[in-house]
Amino acid sequence: MMIADSKRTPLTFDSVEPESGLRAALAMGRADIIGEIGASNLRGRGGAGFPTGTKWNLAAAARVRAGGAKYVVCNADEGEPGTFKDRVLLAAHADMVFEGMTIAARAIGAAIGILYLRSEYVYLRPHLEAVLARRRDEHLLGADIGGLAGFTFDIHVHMGAGAYVCGEETALIESLEGYRGEPRNRPPFPVDTGFQGQPTVVNNVETFAWVVCILSRGAGWFKATGTGKSAGYKLLSVSGDCREPGVYEAPLGLTVAELLARVGGEGAKAVQVGGASGVCVPASEFGRRIAFEDASTGGSIIVIGPDRDMLAVARNFMEFFVEESCGQCTPCRAGNAKLLEGVERLERGECSTGHLQELLALAETMQLASKCGLGQSSSNAFVSIVRHFRNEIMGRALAH
Amino acid sequence: MLVGQQQRLQDDIREIVAQLGRDRSALIPVLQELQKRHATVSDFAMQVVADELGLHPAEVYGVTSFYAFLRQPAQGRFVFRLCRTLSCEFEGKSRVARQLENDLGIGFGQATPDGRFGLEWASCLGLCDQGPALLVNERVYTRVTPERVHEIIDECRRTFGAHARQAGHSQVEGGLS
Repeated sequence: MMIADSKRTPLTFDSVEPESGLRAALAMGRADIIGEIGASNLRGRGGAGFPTGTKWNLAAAARVRAGGAKYVVCNADEGEPGTFKDRVLLAAHADMVFEGMTIAARAIGAAIGILYLRSEYVYLRPHLEAVLARRRDEHLLGADIGGLAGFTFDIHVHMGAGAYVCGEETALIESLEGYRGEPRNRPPFPVDTGFQGQPTVVNNVETFAWVVCILSRGAGWFKATGTGKSAGYKLLSVSGDCREPGVYEAPLGLTVAELLARVGGEGAKAVQVGGASGVCVPASEFGRRIAFEDASTGGSIIVIGPDRDMLAVARNFMEFFVEESCGQCTPCRAGNAKLLEGVERLERGECSTGHLQELLALAETMQLASKCGLGQSSSNAFVSIVRHFRNEIMGRALAH
Repeated sequence: MLVGQQQRLQDDIREIVAQLGRDRSALIPVLQELQKRHATVSDFAMQVVADELGLHPAEVYGVTSFYAFLRQPAQGRFVFRLCRTLSCEFEGKSRVARQLENDLGIGFGQATPDGRFGLEWASCLGLCDQGPALLVNERVYTRVTPERVHEIIDECRRTFGAHARQAGHSQVEGGLS
């Protein structure tokens, strides 16, 4: 078994010349680098889809507090169920990820980079450390990078310790600082008050890799693919009931049906787009587009075959959120447990229609009142399964 | 715990702290290194770490109990973490789970009485295209079948003792790429 052997399509990253993005960046002014990223319409590849150029602009303008430095953090806490494209990138394209971080450092004026690696990927660490050591030898990290006097930047790896919520950027920063991974109130945002109270850019692994491609090939090249609101290509981690699971590079805006045809998942009953926090798309809606403005995903695509029990799917996701809620705010802590109880009632065939309506109202409360993205999105799967598969999940007889 | 053992643990923690620093941001790396060496982070160890980093022990406990990979109680020298995500469920993780329970003689969330093996669920191991996936310390196993469970446990037994201090393996089956 090869850990990087999940690629099912050639990736753009295979063909972009190593260090060509960094070379281009070093010949540009800081504002021009950010301008190019902004012009490409690149949006964060971790799932939230915040415009990368805007984020960098804010961090570049933010002031460093006494005696500190700005930070560039790579979010490699790929915890969304069904996502594994960052694992493949880190195993096969670590240089490009570090190159992208170095470009970000140049753009915002950061001196220190941190790769926050989830502990489930601990086996990647020796490889990543070796790549970093080689980059230092090649003067691609350290002092006067690429011969540019005064440009000093280095990256170290910091291990996570097993908490899904740390994929949320403020929880990630709490974890980096040695605290429980409980999300912070925003504002202030990390671009202004991030790690150690300093301006910090936190981007997903894949985002940094695309930065390199954009600087190497130009914003126009990137923008030419995708939709108006979702430019470029996206890596999709495909798993579940299909013949060819793995990592695919696809233009944003492709339909679920088109993707299913590519991965050998025709005949699926539903597709979970965006992992546990995403939405369940039923077969009748396979014309929906995978894009930020429609069925949005940080990469997770789970194909659900015709014989699967949708209530078992809902249970799996609710168990996940009960386990992973940080417990800080009540809507999320108590709400997820209540929804799981509801799933159990449905399994026993003891859920009244009225109670199901109450659960949907609770789900809406959780979406509105939770503090962070985890609680705001944890009921999505439950709600979409109830909406589309009501007839399948209600009125069950007790198993004997 | 014997005084000699306590002393050794204390010395170990001081050595780790000297290496990783006393900043609050070093807390999790210190706990991780400690766990790697001793398989668990005991109450006594948390007290010593708190003293070394100038924190209240409750702070250290709060952090330790928050993270799945640091959490108490004793997890065993080899911690088996079976992925419970939907994709691994589709590939038959329940039968692998059952066989792990049978062969280790413990349930999920438990450790064997000799402290060698712990059994835990993992939220998602990010190996969804190759499930069921299992992480044992720093080694990953993919496409695990009930039949293979015995062989995986045996592999751990063989490395126990001689390499116990390294607590398992750091390599990946077949290499990175």
